Amino acid sequence: MSIQRNDWSLQRKGIIDQERHKDRVKEAIRKNLGSIVSNEAIILSDGKRTVKVPIRALDEYKFRFNYQKGKHVGQGDGKTRVGDVIGHESRPGSGQGSGQAGQDAGADYYEAEVNIDELAALIFEDLQLPYLQEKAKKAVQSRKTQFNEIRRTGVIANLDKRRMILENIRRNAREGKARFGDIKKEDLRFKTWEEVMRYESNAVVIAMIDVSGSMGEFKKYIARSFYFWMVRFLRTKYDNVDIVFISHHTEAKEVTEEQFFTQGESGGTVVSSAYQLALDVIKQRYRPSDWNIYPFHFSDGDNYYSDNEEAVRLADELIATCNLFGYGEIGEEGSSSYRRSSGALLSIFSDRLQNKDRFVGVRIDDKEDVYPALKQFFGRRGVETPA
Amino acid sequence: MEDKEIKELEKAVEQIWEVARGFGLDPYPTNFEIVPATVMYEVGSYALPGRYSHWTFGKTYHRMKTMYDFGLSKIYEVVINTNPAYGFLLETNSPIQNKMVIAHVLGHVDFFKNNTYFSKTNRRMVESVSTHTHRIMEYEFKHGRKNVERFLDAVLSIEEHIDPYFFIKREVPLAEERRRAELRPKEGRYDDLWRLEKAEQEAKAPPVDDEKPREQLPEKDLLVYVMKHSPSLASWQRDVIAMVHEEMEYFVPQMQTKIMNEGWASIWHARIMRELDLSDNEHIEFANLHSGVVSPQKGQLNPYYLGYKIYEDIERRWNEPSKEEREKFGRVGNEGRDKIFEVRELDNDVSFLRNYLTEELCEELDLFVFELVEEEDWTITEKRWERVRDQLVSNMTNFGFPYLQVEDGDYNGNRELYIKHCYEGTELDMRYARKALEHVHTLWGRPVHLETIIDEESTVLHYNGDEHGED
Repeated sequence: MSIQRNDWSLQRKGIIDQERHKDRVKEAIRKNLGSIVSNEAIILSDGKRTVKVPIRALDEYKFRFNYQKGKHVGQGDGKTRVGDVIGHESRPGSGQGSGQAGQDAGADYYEAEVNIDELAALIFEDLQLPYLQEKAKKAVQSRKTQFNEIRRTGVIANLDKRRMILENIRRNAREGKARFGDIKKEDLRFKTWEEVMRYESNAVVIAMIDVSGSMGEFKKYIARSFYFWMVRFLRTKYDNVDIVFISHHTEAKEVTEEQFFTQGESGGTVVSSAYQLALDVIKQRYRPSDWNIYPFHFSDGDNYYSDNEEAVRLADELIATCNLFGYGEIGEEGSSSYRRSSGALLSIFSDRLQNKDRFVGVRIDDKEDVYPALKQFFGRRGVETPA
Repeated sequence: MEDKEIKELEKAVEQIWEVARGFGLDPYPTNFEIVPATVMYEVGSYALPGRYSHWTFGKTYHRMKTMYDFGLSKIYEVVINTNPAYGFLLETNSPIQNKMVIAHVLGHVDFFKNNTYFSKTNRRMVESVSTHTHRIMEYEFKHGRKNVERFLDAVLSIEEHIDPYFFIKREVPLAEERRRAELRPKEGRYDDLWRLEKAEQEAKAPPVDDEKPREQLPEKDLLVYVMKHSPSLASWQRDVIAMVHEEMEYFVPQMQTKIMNEGWASIWHARIMRELDLSDNEHIEFANLHSGVVSPQKGQLNPYYLGYKIYEDIERRWNEPSKEEREKFGRVGNEGRDKIFEVRELDNDVSFLRNYLTEELCEELDLFVFELVEEEDWTITEKRWERVRDQLVSNMTNFGFPYLQVEDGDYNGNRELYIKHCYEGTELDMRYARKALEHVHTLWGRPVHLETIIDEESTVLHYNGDEHGED
């Protein structure tokens, strides 16, 4: 019989295994990128560093009973009767148990804390920037000094003492004395620097979105999650990334980011209006010789028939000025069938564009399609050309 | 905690021990250790100190520790069933909390020592798990952490499916085992030096048992069956299964006696505390704590409370039997104390509830059966006490897990594994069953089958390593 108190400060087992668990979470995230990429918590994270996303792969699978189909015994406050309802299942089959009676068995998901930067690194691992070109302005503010050389002469303040001692010992040794001392001028070594001029690379994303009557909440959300990752990705490759937001129905106008993602929808669709505005913006503000230009356009593809020819012409013109032109056609939520009405823009583009090398068109019908679409836009195409 | 407080706690331990012995409790000597929250939650999440590493423990640890950090839950005490036993006290406990925990722990240790379901328990389990840990670390070093981890994932998926009465079977083949040992060539002391090459060859060891895999079927102990007869495991993998099995042998009696054990510890901490000289303030603090432990939770069952009430009821009924009980069962009265000590020795949760949950208790506790109606409302569907009792007993059977058994290890004449779920009215969680079957395939290495009942129809799930089937 005794009471003890020991020093446990070196005990780390729980923490070490917690790391093992974190590794598993990471792995599960990697396997589930498709569904995580378009998760609301991330897209609407608004600058937060970490978010919670549900991950299924981390359950500890066992043979167990189906809680929902079982009978259980509970305890009341003395007044319960047959027929009393003591809890609700939030939605049949949704897996979330009710607070009171559900216990743990209902909670099928493991909520993982995800750091957005780490997640981005995972997603960008297999993305490439096609047709990346050295279009750069000399940027004065990024002149840098780098200490990268050792010389025998220099400013005394930059004396490299460690090297000096080594040289001294070496010289003494050559003269047959194993000692340090008697420093002469030839022992001195100086660090010197070089001025490095950095060239900054610039890119501009011209984000265009259709806000006509047929673009609903879901479609805008898809466009939003796509732009979210695209801009983040470009920022890893370029020093400066500008974004120009253009929304259009029958007319196009430049808008703020907030308007871009929240604007109400109305009217018909004239795609060429957006392309014309994009060309104007490029001409006035982003000379193709200085800027890498990435126009991207999201629409449901319901363009006015009479505008199609003009749209194709201007798209070709845009492609000629830019690195990559992306077009995403968003279908109805959940319609996984790849129905493509012949009148939709995507098929028109793929039939009629002159310059298809730098054109990527994708169709997105589901949140899970966002990740494949990203991969298609930033795939391994065109990397062999000037790098 | 200051040295002065520790001195006082030491005095309290002596006193509590004396009071406990006075009541007739007979625990192993117990060492108490004062630990910080990190260690408390570590021991709590691994259930034994020094257990092997696995991400699932890390997950539990993280969850428990986070709950504690946010003030959502707190463990006051962890007790380890060894001889001598160990009780862990949280360093932030108040003196009264510590006294109550010490009394509670002695109740548990008395139960561990005297309940018959623990009679085969390894009381040096901390040493055993520590050698397991070293062996698993060695395997991680040799075969890669990932490989060992994946393999453990698979083993842990069926860890509950052992036979708690393994020792009954084990005693029979012992003579046979001795006979075989006789037949084995005797080895000289240094013979193993020449066997290095052979050790290499053993990497893909053949099944360890030369008995025909069908001889002892059906087999409830999935772990043992897979360990002995799986056509695909290396010897280190069989060893890992053996270790997990040994640890589950240790935990199963605890799973079988949860309500009894908690009830027993609660009834004795209450009685012991009443014997101590507490000031008025201390009395109030204790009353608060105690009611926190044994309070009913609406909608759920609190094992502490349920066990506590049943022991009290037994003691009362044997102390002051009704006229009917006197005449019918020949109870003479004043046997309450003896009776509850007898119960703590002979019963487990299933028999405890079946024998001693009475109509009056069901009513007093307001127990009911509830189920999901129209996939939407959790509804009370039964209040007749016998039905309630039987449902509770049925839910506790096989410690709440589906009863599975191996029916065939050479199914289709192709060394395939055929497992049967002995259906007793509740369906399996099918999503989980399919995933768990994948784990079983990892262990068996050849196609695996699971027979169960879905929507009242017999159904067999298949998994061959690539795809799932069902018919």
